Order: sequence, then C-alpha cells, then structure tokens
Amino acid sequence: MLKLPIYLDNNATTPMDPRVLEAMTPYFLEHYGNAASRNHPFGWEAEEAVDYAREQVAKLIGADAKEIIFTSGATEGDNLAIKGVYEMYASKGNHIITATTEHKAVLDTCKHIEKTGGEVTYLQVKRDGLIDLKELEAAIKPSTILIAIMYANNEIGTVQPIREISAIAKKHGVLLFSDAVQAVGKIPVDVNKDGIDLMAFTAHKMYGPKGIGALYVRRKNPRVKVTAQMDGGGHERGMRSGTLNVPGIVGFGKACELCRLEMEADSKRISILRDKLETELMKLEEAYINGSTEHRLPHVTNISFKHVEGEGLLMGFNKNIALSSGSACTSASLEPSYVLKALGLGDDLAHSSLRFGLGRFTTEDQIDYTVKAISETVLRLREMSPLWEMYKEGIDLNSIEWAAH
Amino acid sequence: MAYSEKVIDHYQNPKNVGTLDKSSKNVGTGLVGAPECGDVMRLQIEVDDATGMITDAKFKTFGCGSAIASSSLATEWLKGKSIDEALTVDNMDFVEELNLPPVKIHCSVLAEDAIKAAINDYRVKNGKEAIKFEESVVH
Repeated sequence: MLKLPIYLDNNATTPMDPRVLEAMTPYFLEHYGNAASRNHPFGWEAEEAVDYAREQVAKLIGADAKEIIFTSGATEGDNLAIKGVYEMYASKGNHIITATTEHKAVLDTCKHIEKTGGEVTYLQVKRDGLIDLKELEAAIKPSTILIAIMYANNEIGTVQPIREISAIAKKHGVLLFSDAVQAVGKIPVDVNKDGIDLMAFTAHKMYGPKGIGALYVRRKNPRVKVTAQMDGGGHERGMRSGTLNVPGIVGFGKACELCRLEMEADSKRISILRDKLETELMKLEEAYINGSTEHRLPHVTNISFKHVEGEGLLMGFNKNIALSSGSACTSASLEPSYVLKALGLGDDLAHSSLRFGLGRFTTEDQIDYTVKAISETVLRLREMSPLWEMYKEGIDLNSIEWAAH
Repeated sequence: MAYSEKVIDHYQNPKNVGTLDKSSKNVGTGLVGAPECGDVMRLQIEVDDATGMITDAKFKTFGCGSAIASSSLATEWLKGKSIDEALTVDNMDFVEELNLPPVKIHCSVLAEDAIKAAINDYRVKNGKEAIKFEESVVH
C-alpha cells in the first residue's frame, strides 16, 4: 500500500536513516560527556566517539581525519571558509571568484566581503548551468585568493567540472573552496583527486541529523588555514570554538559510512527512478528540463511546464507529494528562482518549474503516483490557463503588451 | 504557507472557467498581469444591452492558487450584477472573503483590475469612453 504524503524534496533535507539514529541514541542517554573533558571516562568516551566519527567522515571524501572541522552545518562551513580565507590571506590579496548560481550562504557571504572592502567576481553560467572555464581563468588576477564554486547545484543538480576548475586554481596558486552539500554522499567526491582545498558539507542532506556539518580544510600541498569566526575554547584546531555536538557528530559519521558503502547501489537505483519520472513527465507537451542532463546528480531533476504557474501547480498535489518550485509565489520575494534565471530561462519558464529530489527511500510506487498526479494537474491547469489557450491558438505571447505589474 | 479553505475550494472546484466570444459586442474582456510576474488573469463578462446587467462571466488564470481563487470568485460575484455594481468591487473584498495573507494581496488587486479592464473593454466596444481609474496602490 502506498503511504502518503510522498517525500521528493531530498535536496532540502533528507529523512534520517534509522541506523543513524540507532548509533546516536547512546550519546544522548549514556555517553553524554563533553568531548573536551579530559579527566573522566565520560569525556574520554565522547572524545573517542568523535575521533571515530571524524575518521568515518574523512574516509567518505578521501581526506585525513585531522582535516575535518565540525560545524553546525554548511551555512556555517561556507561562512567559515570564505570569510576565514579572506581574513587569513589578506596580505596576499582580496579578490574572490564565485558564480551566480551558488547557494545564498556563499553569495551573501561574498556580498558581506564586498562591503568590508573585498572584491568579488560573479561568473555567469552557461545555459546548461556549468561555468565557462575560460571565463574562470580570465577572471583570475594577482589579487585573487579564492575560487568558490559549488560541486553540484541544489536546484538543478548540475555538477560543475571540479577537476578542471581545481587544475586552473592550482596553476595560478589560488585556493579552491567548494560547497559540496548536494554532492557528498550522492556521488564520489575525493578531495585529493578533485584537488579541493576547502569543502563544506552537511549531515542532513545525506540521511544524517540536522545541525551538524563539516568543513574540510587541507593540511598538505598546500597547508590551508582559516581565521576562526567564533571566539572561544579553541576547539577544532582553533578554527571553530564551541562544545562539540557529540551525538550529532556520531550520527554524521554513521551517515557518511553508510553513504560510502551504499552510494553506488543507491545512486544506480535512484537514477533509474529519476529517469522514469523524467521520461514520463516529458511526455507532456511543452515540458523542459532545466540544466545539464549530462553533468548532473543522479537523484535530481528540474522541469518547467510551460504556461502553468509553479505554485498553482504544487497546490494541486502538495498535500500528497512534497516538492519545491522555483516559482516566485513560493517565496516572499515574488522573484522567481535566481538559479533558473541565471541559466537564461525566461521568467515564464522560471515561474513554471518543479524541483524533484529523490532519495534513498524513494520507491517506484511513489514515482508512478507522482507522474500521474502531476500530469493530471498540469493538464487541468492548462485548461484554465489563458496563456495555454493563446499558445494553442498560435498567438506569440511575446507580441502581447503586458501591463507592467 | 497554508491556504484558507475557501482558496482551496475555488482552486479545486473553480467556478466559470472558460472563454466567451471576445469579438461579440456584448462581451468585455480584461487581460491583466504578465507572465514574467507569474500571474495572468483573463476575465470576461457578457452584458445584456437592454438592462446593463452582467449575464455571464468566465475566467482563465495563469497563477498561484490565490490568483485562481480570486478570479473564480470574481466571476461568481459579477454574474447578475449591473455594471455599476460591478465597479464597486474592491480588492479588499477578495482579501476578506478568501482570507488572503499579505503576500497574496497582489492577487486581489489583479482581480479588481481584471474587472475594470473587462468593463472598459465592453464600454469602448459600445462606443462609450473608457473610465479612467486611479492607479491601484499595491502592485
């Protein structure tokens, strides 16, 4: 029996794997010590658990355990990496390169840096969501200290050519930071093979708990340092003070281990479901996939259904299917998704998009139900859409003088 | 965001979806909003020349649930009203009836604009001057 509602918003957050919760529970109830307490068994147990989890986390990304700095999540990781590098390397330069499709935690951190006297270049992306490597290289100048490019995009799942980007960074002696929230645990990420110097990721996008994440900070070739953004007890090699979230860290470690062992099989299964979903929905007229279908996460698709507005569309099934839309109406800003607009999508298509994030617990039944519900709603709303009627009558919508609104 | 029951009801069972013959002299058509803004409403009224009463109203809307509900409600309100009565419909009437939250007030403004545009279209078609309305405050 199909259980409703269906969760297809795994890019926002994932459910926790029960095995993760199981690993965490004793660290709330029995082993509740502070990992920094050096003088009694409670502290020792906690420290040991943190050390073990640090190994598990490091192993997933091919790092050394000493290179993992635990944070509260990726927003903190993004802030710590960018502001931390900007402050630590101030004597070398003040220029950062990023892209317009980055997460707000990166973009707003860069805006903050601009206010404090830094200089930021925002690279445009191509129609498929990828940055242009030539533009990246051309943007580098003597004052450039950091390139901040995400591994994979949260709205369209586009995977950037990280190895090519890191080769360019290395050639010019610039550090590379990557927000890898959507990629880690979903596709193979290896900080050494990929040539990444700093990388933020978080547990709750990979079946772990909320409120715990990590910043990878390279220790060798080159040795990277960031200025701490919080003052305190000097935890995490002085880069991130604050009592460690031991149960969260234990859960994060377990989640990373599960991803490392199961990612390959999971991805294969999920991508088959994603492809089925996509193929079925693309049978609708005037449906468009947003972003690259070649360089893309296995569990994500983003589709625009022309002449139907995204929020209106969601309302047709959002009691039973959890999804998100790039439509403005879902946000208070009334502006459609800046990521979709950066791809060069017209506002009409940006307003008409749905983002699907499948996950470890997605089933074929759920996909079949979703295809049916969405197809029916699209057809029903198009019958109600004046734009669809005009389109069917062959009227060029661009020829109409729309009232400024 | 949670929708009010009335919005959900209009969304699920919209009243008077459809198209009237826009070339007919008795039909006034208002097309407001823009695809870039994520809302386009087309509201049509059919007017009895002799009595000045609105005998039929139809809509089609591209937009969120609140926009669909506002236009559906507009057609319900318009049917059986005189043109003069129709001109008194205010955007806040929609906000109250549908319990629209502040971020959805623009949907009610659009519905009011659609009514006015349909009436003016009817007037112009029948040799009358278009009424000049003050700019709506919320846009």
